[in-house]
Amino acid sequence: MITGILLISVLTALLALLLEIAYKYIANYGEVQVTINNEKTFEVTGGSPLLSTLMQQAIFLPSACGGKGTCGYCKVKIHEGGGPVMPTETPYLSTEELAQDVRLSCQVKVKTAMQITIPDELFNVREYRIKVDHIEQLTPLIKGLHLNILQPEEGISFVPGQYVQLQVPPYKLSSTPEFRAYSIASSINEPKYIDLIIARMEGGIVSGYIHDLLKEGEELIARGPFGDFHLLTSERDILFIATGSGLAPFIAMLYQIENENIQRKTTLIFGTKRPENLYYSDLLSGFMKRLPDFTFIPVLSRVEEQDSWTGEQGRVTDLINRYIPDNNAVDVHICGLPIMVQSCLDILATRGVPLEQIVYDKFE
Amino acid sequence: MEISLNEISLTTLFFAAIFTNNILLTNFLGLCPHIALSRDLKSSLGLGAAVVFVTTSTSVLNHLLYYHILIPLHLEHFRFVLFIIVIASFVQLVEMIIDRYFPRLYIMLGIFLPLITVNCAILGISLFMVIRDYSLAQAMVYGAGSGIGWMLAITLVASIRDKIQSTANLPRGLEGPGITLIITGLLSLAFMAFSGMIQIQ
Repeated sequence: MITGILLISVLTALLALLLEIAYKYIANYGEVQVTINNEKTFEVTGGSPLLSTLMQQAIFLPSACGGKGTCGYCKVKIHEGGGPVMPTETPYLSTEELAQDVRLSCQVKVKTAMQITIPDELFNVREYRIKVDHIEQLTPLIKGLHLNILQPEEGISFVPGQYVQLQVPPYKLSSTPEFRAYSIASSINEPKYIDLIIARMEGGIVSGYIHDLLKEGEELIARGPFGDFHLLTSERDILFIATGSGLAPFIAMLYQIENENIQRKTTLIFGTKRPENLYYSDLLSGFMKRLPDFTFIPVLSRVEEQDSWTGEQGRVTDLINRYIPDNNAVDVHICGLPIMVQSCLDILATRGVPLEQIVYDKFE
Repeated sequence: MEISLNEISLTTLFFAAIFTNNILLTNFLGLCPHIALSRDLKSSLGLGAAVVFVTTSTSVLNHLLYYHILIPLHLEHFRFVLFIIVIASFVQLVEMIIDRYFPRLYIMLGIFLPLITVNCAILGISLFMVIRDYSLAQAMVYGAGSGIGWMLAITLVASIRDKIQSTANLPRGLEGPGITLIITGLLSLAFMAFSGMIQIQ
């Protein structure tokens, strides 16, 4: 009995030793550099598949099969250092993809210096540890969160219009951590601070937590940035249309217009019910003063006599037509509830505004 | 006529392993890589070549270990464990060497090696060699023959799938594993026609 155990142990140990030696000398590719999107270079240990190597650098490509080469989700463009395309990849790559250097990152080993391209949004997605710096009651149903990013040190890098997923801990409405998407309403110049605008949703788990339980100084988890809502670049005028908490991405874009000194005529139409539902008035009048050609137009749908409201009345859809020039030379950005976005899209279609001049973000 | 096992000529054994006792089509071993990778001919040739190499080498290695270490020490009951670790480490080592020094070969063959580490056909071949009392030379020929038989089966299926893909209009539900199993089953029936020719078990 002892001999058996000994023999198997000794043989296994010998084989393990052999493999260990082989691993050290044969499979040792040393440190190699992987350059991503011509932007960032990582010094990594060679010899592993690209997918897991990137994971160690906290870059998470989508993958459903866990790197076995069966789902085809982990595609990246490898411009240099990928070697020839393997037969395990070809079933998942179309002719166009092959022509564009697209590869399956789980099948390509990092052996020499590499130049790769991954979608920007994946490159930047991180998990953040954040602290609630302060909470502001903007309107009876909307809170503004000013959040301080503790980790990673460098903060967040995002495109104005993008959102983060904010995660709240379990509480009486949910036994697991829950997260929801919130657009960032602050400037990219302050990467360590982000502002979020959070409307209380009927029965909402995350917004309920934020409105009822969240305290200043509390720490939370956020992930991002995600999304492709952004300021369209052209020489045309800019029109922003928002309702409710849909103002958030436009605040970030107004900072962008200011920072990049964009001279385009900009109009923001913001629709809500009553005067007390308006918020960020100071911030917006600040933009009116600083930006060369910016107009903020609040529009209220339920005005009463005693409000002494002298501004626009009605819904955002009643005002759109007035702000679209006859030659349709305007880029329209819409953000808010899906029903409002749809009504606006219908009006724009009737007016014949080209689709490439319209972007929107539906808050559901 | 029944031939005593030890007298089987090497040539007979070789062809028997390919046709009458095809490891995939008559013993149904090594089915999972077969189903997964028979979708194109090039990949199945690569995988087939890797299998031939590994079956030949591991049946020789396992034969040596079995008759020179396990039998003298009366430890035959450890053969499963031993065979498995030998196959696994051998495959791993070969993969590393090819990956590093023969990049072109690696593309054709090496990437399939991890897929066959746990291919039951390979363990099956080592076990048959013990059950059937093969000599070292017989073990090598049987290993090579079985590997070639497996390669033959997967390339046949891959070619048929290729043909079907370009000509037939398959119902969606049959695509992939479904049609592969049907093709394999039919081929298996066809190979049964060989079975009367030589008897090696």
